[in-house]
Amino acid sequence: MNTVAAKKPRLTTSAMIASIASEGQRVTAAPFGKALVELAASRPEIVGMTADLGKYTDLHLFAQAYPERYFQMGMAEQLLMGAAGGMAKEGLLPFVTTYAVFGTRRAYDFIHQVIAEENLNVKMCCALPGLTTGYGPSHQATEDMAMMRGIPGLTIIDPCDALDTEQAVPQIAAHQGPVYMRLLRGSVPLVLDEYDYKFELGKAKMLREGNDVLVISSGIMTMRALEVAKLLEQDNIGVAVLHCPTIKPLDEQAIVAAVGHKPRLVVVAENHSVIGGLGESVASTLLRHRVQPAGFQLAGLPDQFLDAGALPTLHDRYGISRDVLAVRIKDWLR
Amino acid sequence: MTSSADQLPALAQCAHRIRRYALRMGEVQGQGYIGQALGWADVLAVAYGHALNFRPQDPKWEGRDRFLLSHGHYAIAFYAALIEARIIPEEELETYGSDDSRLPMSGMVTYTPGMEISGGSLGQGLPIAVGMALGLRHKQNPAFVYNSMSDGELDEGSTWEAAMSAAHHGLSNLICLVDINNQQADGPSTKVLGFEPLADKWAAFGWHVQRVDGNDLAAVLAAFDRARALTEAKPRVILFDTLMGKGVPFLETRDKNHFIRVDPSEWQQALAVLDQSQPAGAVA
Repeated sequence: MNTVAAKKPRLTTSAMIASIASEGQRVTAAPFGKALVELAASRPEIVGMTADLGKYTDLHLFAQAYPERYFQMGMAEQLLMGAAGGMAKEGLLPFVTTYAVFGTRRAYDFIHQVIAEENLNVKMCCALPGLTTGYGPSHQATEDMAMMRGIPGLTIIDPCDALDTEQAVPQIAAHQGPVYMRLLRGSVPLVLDEYDYKFELGKAKMLREGNDVLVISSGIMTMRALEVAKLLEQDNIGVAVLHCPTIKPLDEQAIVAAVGHKPRLVVVAENHSVIGGLGESVASTLLRHRVQPAGFQLAGLPDQFLDAGALPTLHDRYGISRDVLAVRIKDWLR
Repeated sequence: MTSSADQLPALAQCAHRIRRYALRMGEVQGQGYIGQALGWADVLAVAYGHALNFRPQDPKWEGRDRFLLSHGHYAIAFYAALIEARIIPEEELETYGSDDSRLPMSGMVTYTPGMEISGGSLGQGLPIAVGMALGLRHKQNPAFVYNSMSDGELDEGSTWEAAMSAAHHGLSNLICLVDINNQQADGPSTKVLGFEPLADKWAAFGWHVQRVDGNDLAAVLAAFDRARALTEAKPRVILFDTLMGKGVPFLETRDKNHFIRVDPSEWQQALAVLDQSQPAGAVA
């Protein structure tokens, strides 16, 4: 790992609004904000609510388009989630934004008791999921999915890119009940338009086939997996990628079918702690369905408080950059 | 709606019946937060006997005033008020706290007609009330949102997040009712986490504040009327000083904490004592 990092110039922690896109990567600006503005034109019950992070979650576009439907709740996440529940009780459809760390860790009981217990129609769209900022554990939501998976009836999605995000917005709005979406904001990579792919709530999709490795992934790790697949093609290693943007309810059927299709090393790649996220969900699914892969590895974030620093450095350090993930997969294949 | 004092005899009867229903539910289970129920009965009587707009046959009527029971453990008191309001039938009190009952020990929204929220995780009512009040105003629905809460909930930071927000948004359709009985789980509130000077605090947070004796029906009635009639674009709070066990002297004077001990033989005795002081015409 260190050799990869050593080749790069000295990097520093980027600004909070920095994009996760690599240099030269195709991006879409604010796909969530734009999709919400478009949807809200025909859905007058949609309201936007934030806890002092409208600008940092692309909700400012909604605020500009529909100022009378935008509610600034201040830097008060318990209030944000409680009041969003109140709004939903009055028949409105709140899209709620903050950072994932604050939305989940600070407001958990409000999501659990106010929103989820009554199955209220609140859509929580929370930015900086997993390791998408170098600001350290205060801002790195590395266990958000583990926390949220424990809440009965909550739908959880982890989109990969701009296309996933913009297609998810109308679908989570149409879904009756609470949704937690890991939000990619700002300049968001555009990747999935190269594939025959559409976001479907609750469905995993095979993006490409390959004989040696099956990567099961969500969020930005699907983007990484696709990059790794292209890289390993040069070494004649075939990598299949099954994208699971819906974490809960998990598309167990697609996972069981993909793993059972042929004996391959299965690697679950997620921008999340290896505790309680997609990896453990997939492992449990396979055991319960008595499906035995040729090998099984977790490419998630370690069960640690992560370092602060530049994102490329940290992605290398924790094994979720393209190059380091490729090396790890090759090691696992040996 | 009249607001004159000539309603007081009827409201006294209403409060008496609420106390009786609560005691009967306590007897069913041999337990319950009966001290709080007896202390809060006068406020509930004015709420359901006078102030609130509601339709007993249609508890989800869009035009209803919303009454949020943030302190879910006051369910025994609230069910008594719902019986008084004819939203749930009197016979149902026999099921209080039993398996498959619509009347669980702690109030839950999906169980009971007329219950607006699942309280109990304290400090959640006021944030929800802020959202409902914003939503009602957005829909141009003139209903009020009442948040009924305990003084212990003043310890929770979320209460003050919501208090700031309600004032910031000028929520004149929000009325917060605080039961100040000065008892929390670990003892008197002043020893757990002091909250005085409470009226000053709410006023500094931008609320219209009244502090009254919550067991003085005339004062309670006047406070509700004032809170509703104000034209200021401010949320309103009424701080009610109450006496746990009110109406049953041997409970009023019993060693107080969050939970008043009542022996099995004492439920009937409490009903008898209560009835001795019953206002004319109050038989349930």
